[in-house]
Amino acid sequence: MAQRLETVVVSKAQKYLFFLMLLVCVTMAAFLIRLRNRAQDRLQEQAMSAPAEIAEAATSAPKTVTLYVPNDLDDSLTAVERKISLPGDRNAQARVILESLVEAYRAPDSTHPMEVASGIDDVYFLSVPQGQDTTGGGGQIAVVDLSGALATAQPSGIEPETLTLLSMMATLHANLPAVTQVHFLVDGQPRETLAGHADLTRTYLASEVDRPSAAVPGGGL
Amino acid sequence: MVVDAAHGGSDTGARIGDGVLEKDITLGIAARLRSTLHARGIDVVTIRTADVNLLAVDRAQTANHAQGAACLTIHATATGSGVHLYTSSLTPTTNARFMPWQTAQSAYVTQSLKLESEIDSALAHAEIPVSLGRASVAPMDSMTCAEVAVEMAPLVGGHVTGAKPVTDVSYQKQVVDAVAAALEQWRSDWRQ
Repeated sequence: MAQRLETVVVSKAQKYLFFLMLLVCVTMAAFLIRLRNRAQDRLQEQAMSAPAEIAEAATSAPKTVTLYVPNDLDDSLTAVERKISLPGDRNAQARVILESLVEAYRAPDSTHPMEVASGIDDVYFLSVPQGQDTTGGGGQIAVVDLSGALATAQPSGIEPETLTLLSMMATLHANLPAVTQVHFLVDGQPRETLAGHADLTRTYLASEVDRPSAAVPGGGL
Repeated sequence: MVVDAAHGGSDTGARIGDGVLEKDITLGIAARLRSTLHARGIDVVTIRTADVNLLAVDRAQTANHAQGAACLTIHATATGSGVHLYTSSLTPTTNARFMPWQTAQSAYVTQSLKLESEIDSALAHAEIPVSLGRASVAPMDSMTCAEVAVEMAPLVGGHVTGAKPVTDVSYQKQVVDAVAAALEQWRSDWRQ
């Protein structure tokens, strides 16, 4: 047996081939690890994009925005000016503005109390189809994706639900005048009502909300 | 007159206080309104008379089939104060032979606003705070009659009124009497 092992001869060419293949294996492994790391970074970047928008907003100069804060007792909307930092991206701007409105809902002295940590998952824009655009072109539909937590925290009733929708519509239209229509989703899905009353199956006309400087009666639709 | 007690069955509506559900309060108010209107010689079609699930489309169908002079939907909530009156947020249009189901109420919005004004006056006369609004709530937009949603909220104490919850029977009676008086007035106006 020992004699047979001694007779095995490895040629120079085989040695070179072995080391070459080893080198290829190591290179391929390094390349695959690098690809995996890049994919991981990309996914992390996507997952962190929302906080990044907020971080960007935190570093930019504050701008004055108008929030329409509801009052459950007299069924009105009151215009309140706030200075907040807005990100550059328009979708993120709308989201940050509406989150400020939700922050007003959960304030200790709120006139439209709602215990919710975060209310807006996303806001994106679509062009109003030709023939439906009463602005003569350039009108936009804002699709507001509300969080399930907001829908759960929303007090049930025609008045409180209608006021929530009206305040969001009026706030969007005041700060982004191109928004002429608003459609609401909950957790990315269409839903029949917000909390048992206000219809979410239809697209609302934001431009029909009356916006006097002080207060708007709840029947602004 | 057509009276509909909102919600019912698995659709409980708002939770008002401990263990009190909107569907039960609306059923009670609708029954009280029905008997009050009967006592005033007014015929009433009640859409929901028990704790059952009813589809919005069926409610509208029943109301439209009854061809009532007025349609009222009763709601209740734990927020706000007094009584909230809501009419459809649809833009008024003229009546046509065929109307789209989703927007049939548009031809009746002007009448609905008049009915709302009548109820508003009666409630104000009874010293009950009222707020008026327009909303999109099923099945309101499919009804072919003067339609008003009457949402009862707790009475917040003020210089005229004392604080009363929605479940307070005397408060409910006060609201029902005022609404019945408005509907009686509406019926006599409608006949002329």
